Formats: sequence, C-alpha cells, structure tokens
Amino acid sequence: MSDQRVLTLRVLRSSPGEGLAPHWEDFRVEEAEGMTLFIALNEVRETLAPSLQFDFVCRAGICGSCGMLIDGRPGLACRALTRDLGPVITLAPLPVFELIGDLSVNTGKWMRGTAERLQTWIHAQAEPDLTALEAPMEPALAEAIYELDRCIECGCCVAGCGTLRMREDFVGAVGLNKIARFRLDPRDTRTDEDFYELIGDDSGVFGCMSLLGCHDVCPKGLPLQTQIAFLRRKMASTGL
Amino acid sequence: MASSLEQSTVARPVSGEPTMNAADAALPRHPRLRASRWPARLDLLQSLSGLLLALFLIAHMFFVSSILISPQAFHTIARFFEGAAFLAEPRPWIVSCVVGVVMALFMLHAWLALRKFPASFRQYRIFIEHKEQLRHSETGLWWIQLWTGFALFFLASVHLFGMLTQPELIGPYESADRIWTGNMWPIYLLLLFAVEIHGGIGLYRLALKWGWLQGADPLAGRRRLRIARTCFSLFFLGLGLVTLLAYVQLGIAHADRAGERYVPHKASSRLAEHGRPGGLEFALSRRPGE
Repeated sequence: MSDQRVLTLRVLRSSPGEGLAPHWEDFRVEEAEGMTLFIALNEVRETLAPSLQFDFVCRAGICGSCGMLIDGRPGLACRALTRDLGPVITLAPLPVFELIGDLSVNTGKWMRGTAERLQTWIHAQAEPDLTALEAPMEPALAEAIYELDRCIECGCCVAGCGTLRMREDFVGAVGLNKIARFRLDPRDTRTDEDFYELIGDDSGVFGCMSLLGCHDVCPKGLPLQTQIAFLRRKMASTGL
Repeated sequence: MASSLEQSTVARPVSGEPTMNAADAALPRHPRLRASRWPARLDLLQSLSGLLLALFLIAHMFFVSSILISPQAFHTIARFFEGAAFLAEPRPWIVSCVVGVVMALFMLHAWLALRKFPASFRQYRIFIEHKEQLRHSETGLWWIQLWTGFALFFLASVHLFGMLTQPELIGPYESADRIWTGNMWPIYLLLLFAVEIHGGIGLYRLALKWGWLQGADPLAGRRRLRIARTCFSLFFLGLGLVTLLAYVQLGIAHADRAGERYVPHKASSRLAEHGRPGGLEFALSRRPGE
C-alpha cells in the first residue's frame, strides 16, 4: 500500500495501584488495511509496551469491554477503524468508572450498582412453575424487548452524558433503558407507580437534561432518545 | 409492590456487602414513604413555563414589529392591550397585570432552570472539560442555553420592570424615546439575541425532551427540528433587528421632542406640515437638540 500511514497512538497511561500518575505516551504503529484500534493496541502491546492495559473479549462489538475515549468521544476500540481517524489518535479511559490502569476501567462494578439500585430484573408476583410451558409473547413485543436488550453495558452512554459527568448519582441512559425494557416485559408485574419509586426524581428520569450524548455515542444504536422521552412522559403522568 | 422472584428465592445478605436484594431495602413499600411527586411536577412546570414564555415571545415580537407597518399601527395595538376596544378609555394597569403574569412565569422558569445549572465550580469545570472533549452539538446547545438564560436574568428583568412600572409609556414615540434618548438600545440589542437564541433552542430541546414531533424516524425528526430551530432563530432575530432599527430611527427623528406622547391626530398633522419623518438618512442626519 503506497499511501500507508504511520499512526501515532497517544495513550493516557496511569496505574493507580502502582501510584503512577496519568501521563500521555505516544506509540507509533504502521497502519494496515482494515485496521481497528483493537488491532493497533494489540500491536503496541506485543511490540512496544507489554504493560499497556486495555480490555477486550469478543473483538466484534458484542461484549462491550473495549469502551474508551477515542479522540475524546466514547467508542468501542474493536469497532473503530483507524482509516476513519486522523494520524494522531488520542486514547483515554472512560471517565466515571473506577480506573484499573491505562485504558482499562471497571464498568462491571458501576453496572452492577445500577442494576441493584434500579432492580433490573423480572419482578413476578408468583413463583414460576418450572415445569409449565412459558406463556407465549407477541413477536412484535418480543422484538421490542430484544431491541432494548441489545445494550452491552459498554459504558459509552455513561461517559457521553454531561449530566452524569456533573452529577454522579444520575442513573444514566443505561439505567433508564433497562427500566424501559422491564416495563415492556409482561412477565414483570411492576406498575408505573413502582417504576416511579426507582426513577421518579432528579437523579432519575427528571434529572436527564436531554443532551443526547448517550444516544449519539451508543455503539449499538439503541433508541435512547425516544426511550428516555417515553419514560419521562410516563413518569410525569404518574407523578401528577 | 409485587414481591420479586429474587426476593423469594435468594437469601437476605448477612454482611454489608451489596447483593441483588440489598437494593430492595431502598425501595419504599409503605404508601407514606412513597417517592415525592414534586420532581415530576417541577419538571412539567419547567417545560410548561418555558413553552408559555416562548409563545409569549412570538406574539410579543409580532406586536412590537407592527411599528414596521406604521407608528399608528403600533399605537393601536398598544392601546388595544390597555382595553381600548372594550373600555371607555385605555387603562395601562391592564398591561401591568399582563407583565406581572409574564414576570411571575419568568421567575418561576428561572428558578426551575437553576436546578440544572452546575452547582459548584467542580461541576462547572467537569462540564466544560466534557463539552470540549466530546464536541457534541446538543451538549454545546445546552451550554449556549445556559448562558443566554443567565444573561436573561438581568436583561429581561430590566425590560419587564420598566413595562411593569410604566405601562403607559408603550407607544411609537414613547418606546422610540426610551430606546434612543433613554439609551436602552444596547440592552434591547443584547436582549434580542439572548431571548431569540434561548427561545429557539428551548423549543427545540422541549420537543426532544418530551418526544414531540419526532415522527416515524426520530433521527430524521431531529434533523427537521434542527432546521425549524435555525429558521425560528434567524426569522425572529431578523425581524427583531429590523424592528429595533425602526425604533432607533424614530427615536433619532424624535429626539428633539423626547418625552412628547404620541397622539394620532397631532402626529398626522405634523406629518402633513413637515412631511413624513422617515428614512434612515434623514434620521441619522439629525442630532438630539438640533
């Protein structure tokens, strides 16, 4: 490839466990055809900096592990093609989440806390009969639930939310999306009154300032804008 | 509240470690402990007060721009709002009452919007850093709305207080004198930009916030709303600038008789005597006291 570029990956490195203060470090990598940031970072780790920390599992935008700030915007390293980026690419860990080191953050801890706070699981009145056939569900409804269930908890919406950056107790789009998902599910017997208890305040849906960073950076293209607006209408009518 | 599957099948935690059931304790079950309904009401009130103020803004701009038709047209509209159409004589206190309602709405909206402002220097710094890092148009719009809103605390208050206390001084000469001889034009110029930008962004964000006018494709709906927002701000800014210029022009022409009230028949006879006091060149060629 005649016009092959040499990319500079400018990585914000740190290691809180070892007391290493945050600092920028540049790594030069030859760009390859169809290269993703995930591939470039692996090359850096294999050839230049074995201690470089970043997370990945699936390499296909499914696991949500490789979320990071790419040139300041949250995104998945495995889905970011280097050809769409400039010759100097800045990479930083996602804010809000507990920093493990370099580009690695503990999204799991934050997500679990949100799941516990919002009780994002099916609440049924009766214990299920494990021997009985599950009640059928309309395909359209199942698809609507599945659409919201596509969230991979990568944390991009959290990092892209100005409200959450200012007010750390805000539930964020990931939490509101989960509420919308369980609200749709007929197996969950909770009512809007019950959901109001969880998100009917300024750290819940009424705290959302509709900045839409969540919607615009979501790597899965979830309909966060419409879901949050829908929840806001429902919770407002419940709260009146 | 229904008991959950997890509640019935998973043991309660014995230590302080959070588990899936720990959050249940945070969920009030007793009616007396239910979450306050005020966050919902305040959110609705913020949107409703903003919508009413924006509608008032639109109507207000059309009323004041009637000066572009003629001084008499503005005079007629000003007197109409003083009840001239259904009372024996105009009552300016009616205008004061309307301004009082607008002022109350404005204060309510400002107070509710304050809840969303950065509450500390730390929050302010974090948001600036986030905005510059993300380079995201909607996040940037909110920041513009915040600062135009902040400017309106002062600019709109000056205007509203003037209209509240001196409603009888709303008229072609009276307003023009206030704007030019009274040196209010810089305030009105800033107010115009702040209020039209704030209103345009506010209506746009209101539609996004509540999911109005989004259509079948929300992204396309957002694009349409963005175009409508730009058209709204440009139209009203343009109309406002031309209107302000007309008042300045009239104010310059009327500077040597500043304080004189507009009386329709006198104005007509004066026009008959001296010709129509119009044309920017004519107005700018005159100096106060000339």
